[in-house]
Amino acid sequence: MSAVTASSPQRLYPVRRRVPLTRVTKVELRKMFNTRSGFWLMASIVISAVLATGGVILWAPDDQLTYSTFATAIRFPVVIILPLIAILAVTSEWSQRAGLTTFTLIPHRSRIITAKAISSVLIAFAATVLAFAVGALGNLLSAGVTGTTPVWNVTLTQCLYYLLGMLLSLLTGFMLGVLLRSSTGAIVAYFVLTFVLPIVFGLLGDNQLWFHDLQPWIDIQFAQGGLFVFERALTAEQWAHIAVTGVTWLLLPMAIGLGFATRAEVK
Amino acid sequence: MITVEGVTRKYGSFTAVDDVTFTAHVGRVTGFLGPNGAGKSTTMRIMVGLTRATAGTITISGRHYVDLPNPGLDVGVLLDASAQHAGRTGREILTIAQQYMGLPRSRVDEMLDVVSLTPSEASRRVGNYSLGMRQRLGIATALIGDPSVLILDEPANGLDPAGIRWMRDLLRSYADRGGTVLLSSHLLHEIEVIADDIVMIGNGKIVSQGTKTELLHAAGTVVRAADLPRLDRALGQLAIATTRSQAGALLTDVDPVLVGKVALEAGVALSELRTADAGLEDMFLALTATSPREGTTT
Ligand SMILES: Nc1ncnc2c1ncn2[C@@H]1O[C@H](COP(=O)(O)OP(=O)(O)O)[C@@H](O)[C@H]1O
Ligand SMILES: [Mg+2]
Repeated sequence: MSAVTASSPQRLYPVRRRVPLTRVTKVELRKMFNTRSGFWLMASIVISAVLATGGVILWAPDDQLTYSTFATAIRFPVVIILPLIAILAVTSEWSQRAGLTTFTLIPHRSRIITAKAISSVLIAFAATVLAFAVGALGNLLSAGVTGTTPVWNVTLTQCLYYLLGMLLSLLTGFMLGVLLRSSTGAIVAYFVLTFVLPIVFGLLGDNQLWFHDLQPWIDIQFAQGGLFVFERALTAEQWAHIAVTGVTWLLLPMAIGLGFATRAEVK
Repeated sequence: MITVEGVTRKYGSFTAVDDVTFTAHVGRVTGFLGPNGAGKSTTMRIMVGLTRATAGTITISGRHYVDLPNPGLDVGVLLDASAQHAGRTGREILTIAQQYMGLPRSRVDEMLDVVSLTPSEASRRVGNYSLGMRQRLGIATALIGDPSVLILDEPANGLDPAGIRWMRDLLRSYADRGGTVLLSSHLLHEIEVIADDIVMIGNGKIVSQGTKTELLHAAGTVVRAADLPRLDRALGQLAIATTRSQAGALLTDVDPVLVGKVALEAGVALSELRTADAGLEDMFLALTATSPREGTTT
């Protein structure tokens, strides 16, 4: 063992300032990349965007080789991976017990959770930009291959819808992470919420008349469907659907989860 | 300085920590001793705000831990060396601490050096670390902010003998320079060799506390000599009561210094003269025997 070099207390860093949220956010962002699972999840966003683009070029009929087709195709994998990133960012503090250090260095847990929320949203922004960038390259490439002029049939409003859709799906993961604080539990719940529940709601809506009209107010996936359709603007009623399902499925459970997460014992 | 006042923690009807009061003083190593399940870790978690106390308060140099603006610069904490993301490298874990605290980047390498983790070890993922390596990484994390108070839960677990020796020297010099060290252990011997003050806890309650010398002296002296009857007579003449131990040594309540002087005057050659620690040890063994957690490692 090397010589003992722990220096005298209180000499090296005499200044005491509250750790700013920007710094906490930077560290949380770093923590999303510096684990093996985190790194590969990030990488898989890029990889799957490229694969989806390739798939469109290879298999889509020529008359559908438009920008919106690319954006829609890329959305499918990305919108599944983003919530997983948010889930693991939150649950690793509990499942991997890293929180024992995190919450002793930053004792106000709500600050850590806020920083994680900010960094997850930044990742969603970046993923959206990446999706459109890769889609644009695919669009140019396919036009070059078929010898046609590329079709740019996506408006700025539609871009913003797309971004909002990405953010809402990310928030679903984030909410589940905060509420359940267990990686496995949150991932299973996420798949149930996004894949199993919509099927159940769909069957119910098709077969029960009373539910048919209620579905957009209850089924969050259904309510958000319009965000990814590159054709028309959302109606006021569709916005209301998104708001109502967002409050019941995202904000309420998030509030409950925050209560637990900030109070529960960390061990 | 760590001041623990009337701290109680209940889990349902079970009281894990029961009205615990003690102080860890500046410039001293305080050993928090108790069998597994005694409530040491719970008390330490309460200190740093990870667990809420049902009653009582803990302050560190007069302040509540959660009110410290940048706690890592005031208090170095190691609660469980295994509680780290297995997929992160040792260097990354230390870098995260360095960045939270806003320290210079060079501090990471300095600390790796202090705890003797080589660059190649530091770039390995913690999932592949031995417990001893994790402990050293944990100690590096605790020390990186150059804090004046250290809170370490069973830091010697998993260290090899050289590592234990190294840690003992490190904590000794740290306290000698004016730091406050609180460390827990379920091994009497470990605490005995390193601590200045001892706080003994069993079933959530403090059973004994004081300086090591006080606690050890309370038990008197053990002495052996070639001519034991003659020493016994000499002590008897000074009205010093003695008893004969089963192992054939002489036990008295007085200080070893006095026994040594008497022996010198009586011209008796001693083969052993030491403070009897049987008091502390007996108490500890009694605690361990009644502890439901005996034999498990926490
Ligand atoms: N969350 C909990 N629920 C119920 N009992 C607990 C909980 N946490 C700790 N305990 C109990 O509290 C006691 C003290 O535990 P701990 O502080 O870990 O002991 P030590 O660190 O001294 O070995 C043990 O009996 C343990 O089982
Ligand atoms: Mg313990």
